[in-house]
Amino acid sequence: MENLISIGVRSIFIDNMIFAYFLGMCSYLAVSKKVSTAIGLGAAVIFVLGITIPLNWLVYNYFLKPGAMSWTGIDALANVDLSFIGLIIYISVIAAFVQLTEMAVEKISPALYAALGIFLPLIAVNCSILGGALFMIGRPYNLAEATTFGIGSGIGWFLAVVALAAIREKLKYSNVPAPLRGLGITFIIVGLMSFGFLSFMGFSI
Amino acid sequence: MKFLKNTFDKIRPNFEKGGKLFFLHSTFDAFETFFFVPGHTTHGKVHVRDGIDMKRTMITVVVAMLPALLFGMWNVGYQHFLALGQESSLINNFLFGLWQTLPIIVVSYGVGLGIEFAFCQVKGHSVNEGFLVTGLLIPLVLPPTIPLWMVALGTAFAVIIGKEVFGGSGMNLLNPALTARVFLFFAYPAYMSGEFLSNGNAVWFAGNRADLADGVSGATSLGQLATGTTPTYSALDMFLGLEKGSIGETSVAAILIGALILIITGIGSWKIMSSVFVGGFVMGSIFNMIGGTAYLDFPAYEHLLVGGFAFGAVYMATDPVSAAQTEKGKIIYGLLIGMLTVLIRVSNPAYPEGMMMAILLMNVFAPLIDYFVVESNKKRRLKRATV
Repeated sequence: MENLISIGVRSIFIDNMIFAYFLGMCSYLAVSKKVSTAIGLGAAVIFVLGITIPLNWLVYNYFLKPGAMSWTGIDALANVDLSFIGLIIYISVIAAFVQLTEMAVEKISPALYAALGIFLPLIAVNCSILGGALFMIGRPYNLAEATTFGIGSGIGWFLAVVALAAIREKLKYSNVPAPLRGLGITFIIVGLMSFGFLSFMGFSI
Repeated sequence: MKFLKNTFDKIRPNFEKGGKLFFLHSTFDAFETFFFVPGHTTHGKVHVRDGIDMKRTMITVVVAMLPALLFGMWNVGYQHFLALGQESSLINNFLFGLWQTLPIIVVSYGVGLGIEFAFCQVKGHSVNEGFLVTGLLIPLVLPPTIPLWMVALGTAFAVIIGKEVFGGSGMNLLNPALTARVFLFFAYPAYMSGEFLSNGNAVWFAGNRADLADGVSGATSLGQLATGTTPTYSALDMFLGLEKGSIGETSVAAILIGALILIITGIGSWKIMSSVFVGGFVMGSIFNMIGGTAYLDFPAYEHLLVGGFAFGAVYMATDPVSAAQTEKGKIIYGLLIGMLTVLIRVSNPAYPEGMMMAILLMNVFAPLIDYFVVESNKKRRLKRATV
């Protein structure tokens, strides 16, 4: 249990997807103009990360890892190493899952579907999702740890995008020099924000 | 006074529209309003007029910082002679400290105001008084041994990246003085822990290591805690400020005088100050209950006395621009700063001092806190309206 808490806290604050790894920057910068939409996208990222990382964990451990398919009991498959097609498989799992969720959400709750709009399909190409899957492979996590890591990374991304959106809403009252308006000042803000997040760097948990 | 007024009146036409020095008009305006009450009148809509304006607000904060500054100067001298094992008089201590501190203040004001004036000329708006406070805060949060070019570099970074790119005073995201400190902290960590002089001598003091008396350690209380030893300073010493540290942060007593000035004049928010202390105390008590290491057992009330806690709570966290703006938000903001500071101190070996990082992090989240406070207000009022 302590181990899970530690992984959760680490992935939210210390190894924050945005401020420690700079992953998922494109939608982070693009969809942070309003807090309400940022909350929608952030929630979608938590959801997708929380599901696809355990899914990819299962795929990796039962199909791709060297010797992973020994559970089938077929001798020919016992020593097969499929990890070289990992990248393609992970992204297909993510894309397929996002498609599936999109269809399910559209059918079950049209209101939520309308609120999320374009963000849901966009998440399939958010690099923090694939990044999360690859980090998970690189670290010796079990299924519970992988799930915690996925949800934690999602929450970290959520916090970062919502905070940036609140700052950008407040920025309406600032008098930013014309050449910096828009994306320029956003880059500077993200840099200054990561100053703040540096306080977690080196935490011993 | 009369002479000054006449001089201003005489040179004014040069700076008015069409005059040959018009491009310097905001510099002229800044100096004129510095000496005399501005003659501007409001036009158009109705205004509530009050005696307090930006200049008076800022100068009150500067006055509130003076006790900490004066004590800090004396303490620099006191600690210096203590380390050398020499007896020294009050005035001697103070003069030594003044000699060490004054250049830092001059550089900070010079560089910062220079950049600020230049920006104002180019952008054509009037010079703002915000830097009066920042320019004094920066020296107070730096160790007295810091090389002057670093002061200049940090100030320039804080003013340009931290403030001017957002449009100047009142529009920045992070507290500019803290931006300067954090920038220097990460760029030159060795210098910021106060262990190096410009000539590379590894001593806290303006002197040579060989001159140090035996048994005097160069570490601050938090530095000692971080290495797992119990601090050598007593709680009373910490309260009065007879310990090593950045220039202005050591004396809680002097800072409390400043806090009183800020609260009575209504310029600093008492909600933020008190909630920072409450937050720190609560978190410290929780860690005391767990116990085990020197840091976990460090008494909660001493957490509030040591290092930059009081200084940050009174002068930094209350910065009205970078703090939360809503009343409920201020309390949440303060509590989180206090708790985070103690959390960072205890569980992050990379930073023995957590105050500056905690305030910076909460500066980042302050707009979000405000957003949710406003939204919940809206929701409550809507509910009241529909019932």
